[in-house]
Amino acid sequence: MADAPRILEINGPIAVVHLPGARNGEQIRVGNAGLVGEIIELDGPQATAQIYESTEGLRPGEPVAALGHPLSVELGPGLLGSLFDGVQRPLAGMLRASGDRIARGLDLPILDRQKPWHFIPDADLQPGATLRGGERLGMVQETPSISHQILAPPDVAGQLLDLAPEGDYTLEQVIAHVRQGADGAMRRLSLYQRWPVRTPRPYQRRDHAVLPLLTGQRILDTFFPLLKGGKAAVPGPFGAGKTMLQQQIVRWCNAQIVIYVGCGERGNELVDVLETLPRLTDPHNGRPLMERTLMVANTSNMPVVAREASIYVGITMAEYFRDQGYDVVMVADSTSRWAEALREVSARLGQMPAEEGYPAYLASRLSAFYERAGRVRTLSGQFGSISLIGAVSPPGGDFSEPVTNHTKDAIQTFWALSKELADARHYPAVDWSESFSGQIGAAAQWWTENVDARWEGRRAEALALLSQAEELARIVNLVGVEALSSTQRWDLEGAALVREGVLQQSALDEVDSYCSPQKQFLLLNCMLDIVHSGADMLALGVPVQRLLKLPLLAQARRYKSQYANDQLQALQRDAAQALRAALDPLRSEYVAAQNPPAEPQPAP
Amino acid sequence: MKEKEFRTASAARGGLLFMQNTPGVALGDRVRLQDYRGQIRNGQVIRSSDDLVLIQVFEGTDDLDLEHTWVRFLDQPFEVPLSPELLGRVFNGVGLPLDGRPPLISPLRRNVQGAPVNPAARAYPREFIQTGISTIDGLNSLVRGQKLPIFSGAGLPHNRLAAQIVRQASLPGEESNFAVVFAAMGVPHTDARFFQDDFEQSGVLTNVVMLMNLASDPPIERLILPRTALTVAEYLAFDLDLHVLVVLSDMTLYAEALREVAMAKGDVPTRKGYPGYLYSDLAEIYERAGRIRDKRGSVTLVPVVSMPSDDLTHPIPDLTGYITEGQIVLSRELHSQGIYPPVAVLPSLSRLMKDGIGADYTRDDHPRVASQLFAAYARALEVRNLAAIIGADELSGADRQYLEFTRAFEERFVRQGEDENRTLADTLAIAWEVLSVLPASALTRLREEDLAKYHRPAEISAPGAEP
Ligand SMILES: Nc1ncnc2c1ncn2[C@@H]1O[C@H](COP(=O)(O)OP(=O)(O)OP(=O)(O)O)[C@@H](O)[C@H]1O
Ligand SMILES: [Mg+2]
Repeated sequence: MADAPRILEINGPIAVVHLPGARNGEQIRVGNAGLVGEIIELDGPQATAQIYESTEGLRPGEPVAALGHPLSVELGPGLLGSLFDGVQRPLAGMLRASGDRIARGLDLPILDRQKPWHFIPDADLQPGATLRGGERLGMVQETPSISHQILAPPDVAGQLLDLAPEGDYTLEQVIAHVRQGADGAMRRLSLYQRWPVRTPRPYQRRDHAVLPLLTGQRILDTFFPLLKGGKAAVPGPFGAGKTMLQQQIVRWCNAQIVIYVGCGERGNELVDVLETLPRLTDPHNGRPLMERTLMVANTSNMPVVAREASIYVGITMAEYFRDQGYDVVMVADSTSRWAEALREVSARLGQMPAEEGYPAYLASRLSAFYERAGRVRTLSGQFGSISLIGAVSPPGGDFSEPVTNHTKDAIQTFWALSKELADARHYPAVDWSESFSGQIGAAAQWWTENVDARWEGRRAEALALLSQAEELARIVNLVGVEALSSTQRWDLEGAALVREGVLQQSALDEVDSYCSPQKQFLLLNCMLDIVHSGADMLALGVPVQRLLKLPLLAQARRYKSQYANDQLQALQRDAAQALRAALDPLRSEYVAAQNPPAEPQPAP
Repeated sequence: MKEKEFRTASAARGGLLFMQNTPGVALGDRVRLQDYRGQIRNGQVIRSSDDLVLIQVFEGTDDLDLEHTWVRFLDQPFEVPLSPELLGRVFNGVGLPLDGRPPLISPLRRNVQGAPVNPAARAYPREFIQTGISTIDGLNSLVRGQKLPIFSGAGLPHNRLAAQIVRQASLPGEESNFAVVFAAMGVPHTDARFFQDDFEQSGVLTNVVMLMNLASDPPIERLILPRTALTVAEYLAFDLDLHVLVVLSDMTLYAEALREVAMAKGDVPTRKGYPGYLYSDLAEIYERAGRIRDKRGSVTLVPVVSMPSDDLTHPIPDLTGYITEGQIVLSRELHSQGIYPPVAVLPSLSRLMKDGIGADYTRDDHPRVASQLFAAYARALEVRNLAAIIGADELSGADRQYLEFTRAFEERFVRQGEDENRTLADTLAIAWEVLSVLPASALTRLREEDLAKYHRPAEISAPGAEP
């Protein structure tokens, strides 16, 4: 009895247990309630475990059992449209099993075991063939837009003995037998597999990201693009719009699979997504958005250790779809809460804190996590990608803190949200001077080929105008606007036009919530045309005050919500007409005034 | 384990009692202590192993000795009795009566810790609550089931504002009123008295449950008090179908008590000495607000959070803002201008407003009016700063209009009486009146139809607006 596996100590989410022979990372069940946890440290016959569920009520002396495997997820048909908690327990199933409140120690199947799926085997694959890990066995049309590729688990290698014929199979049924290894052991394959979440799934090789991930958000796509397979961070103080921005991406991006990980954030935000997605359709293929989406929810009031696990659960499922040749997007809101979970566990273990109480391994964990994004050639020879977008919630909105800092080193695209913009209700509050994208070159190529060759130039011009306006605004704030030249005042107005007519985009505006790439370019072009034409007028001698009074300026700011994505011809026509209508009279007036004495124009 | 009494305390400090050789004690269990004078204290197990058990003592560890302290592990979690009789009563943090009436007895008892709500069980809050306060209803609307704190500072009228919200909150077109749970943590006696009088005067006292821990009461009790309060609120909402408004005041003092215990435990401090788990701890409290599918009632949470030295980035308001669904920030500047309620409009936010207003809930133009007011006021404050530097006379004509707008906005829209209960229509009418100070060309967040319908630039003409 003295040597029976048992609890020795409980300290918050950490339990010290007597469990000889345990492995690091192994799953255990603790206590009479059968709570699930994970071994994180070994010390002789004692092991330290972090528990995914509330440990209230546990007592020293209660039993402990090792489960023999690390934290793993189930991967197979039935994932899409589901909502899981941080350790992949199905929240809908838990609702049925335990009601409104999450009960502890539940042991529920993750994927539906009863539901039959229509499996179509790969015609080229014959019994006797050599089967390698990751190779395609067939497919299940899971939703009208997603055909779920059934792949051999990565660790399979051997001779295919048989493959089930086309037909309906449940997840438990065997669809293939493989003889593998030197001893010729038989392995049975079914429609689903398991994979340990802390181990990246293998692929053939990494490849360059080439296509932009289009999100329908102008400040992202046009100004700070992210490629499919890229990594981005969205840092910002509370209320700046991280969640909204990520939700916009979840709704509108042109990925095929979207994984939303709510990591230590609000319950209501997940409900918002759950309630709105079924009503929205994918602008790229017209299908209900829920069909391509999968959610992991470990809200802030759910146990902190499961929160730590949630992003690994999410990324492993992302890798699984990547391996099928899909472009996957995963958003994690918020990685800071994940880091805090790490910090809490490390503090309870008495580890030496490095910066702000975070353990020394924070940076390496963060970069290893982001490293799981990317575009790869899969084991079955296709191309798939994971774009990873993590929100960061820096304390006090101060970007110099450890999580923001280390994240910055791990990503290519940085969408910095600013409190000032958010306070003025300039949404998305992406600060154009702090943000960057390391992927402009590849994006430019796509825009040139698919939208307009002037994209890169106009983008650069707009950014230059914005930064110049910031300089000017500093002067104005010291000495007033009268100190500026006419051209400078017009530049200020031009920047305001770009800000309000292009950058600002309300997620709540039905027309403007999603903006097609063509419309993005057109709007930018319209605003810059106005800026240029105005500058020409100034050169003709038109006083800037008259330009600033033009109703055109208010009109142009409304284009974005007046013209839908399928009304671009009208937009182009009306905008050109409005520009002429506003400026032609002025032009004739001043040309006439200047003309008789046909003197050469002084350079502006 | 059978209930047993132990006298094996080995250390006592900072509200914590360390017990030796008390095997098999469950984490979270309720503890009853008897000190050398025979007085009873309440505690809870926060760490347990066979050789060492840590007890958090809600009455504190002052004046305890190790020798004569008897500890009884009650072998049950920390629970409070629940029944409709709660309404109209006053309790302390552990649920003992303070109103001189007998303790509540009920077969229904619940663990104050509460189990997390399954996100899949939540219903999205979207029913607009009219508070009668323009800066809230017009710009930062509150909805049933929301958690919306008031960020305040010493000497600012957060209590008056919270009381006004409690008094006036109603659903347009609905009779049912709110039940109120008022939780005081470390507030001065005068503040508590103020609320009590206010409830009494407005005749709602029979609909109020008060939980009191005053400034002079033991701070450790503040750790359990909001949990008790929310357990009561959840019961009223989800068992009795009531709409419950919970006022928690002051969460900063709660957090300070948490820090005190964390330090005594030797937890690794992070910002300003607060432990790393402060975020999760606060979230456990705040996330108990909300609505649940198929349940009629709701828990709406209005915590008061004082900002030490008016610093919005201080860990308590900061972490609160990261958890709650917005915040109402009070401004010392407006307060010193004599404006009540001194709501700092720009940093205030209601995240659930977007789904609770508009044609289906309030009025079609409401979201755009709000957005325009925010944008115009942001610009207007820049102009005001500029005017302070270069003088108002040096401003351009357009800027002078903004200066006028600031004044009109703060004086007409923000300022209102403590008893002034504005309907939403009143609020929007004032909003349009104030917006009419600006020319239509400056109001690009509104639609042309909105402008045609409501914009009346002639009504108030800004002095010297047109050059
Ligand atoms: N793109 C947008 N369009 C319209 N409104 C927006 C947009 N982005 C943000 N908002 C407004 O700002 C509010 C706060 O945004 P959000 O919840 O995304 O902030 P956050 O950065 O995630 O904050 P936290 O860190 O506290 O979670 C929203 O409720 C909404 O009112
Ligand atoms: Mg958020």
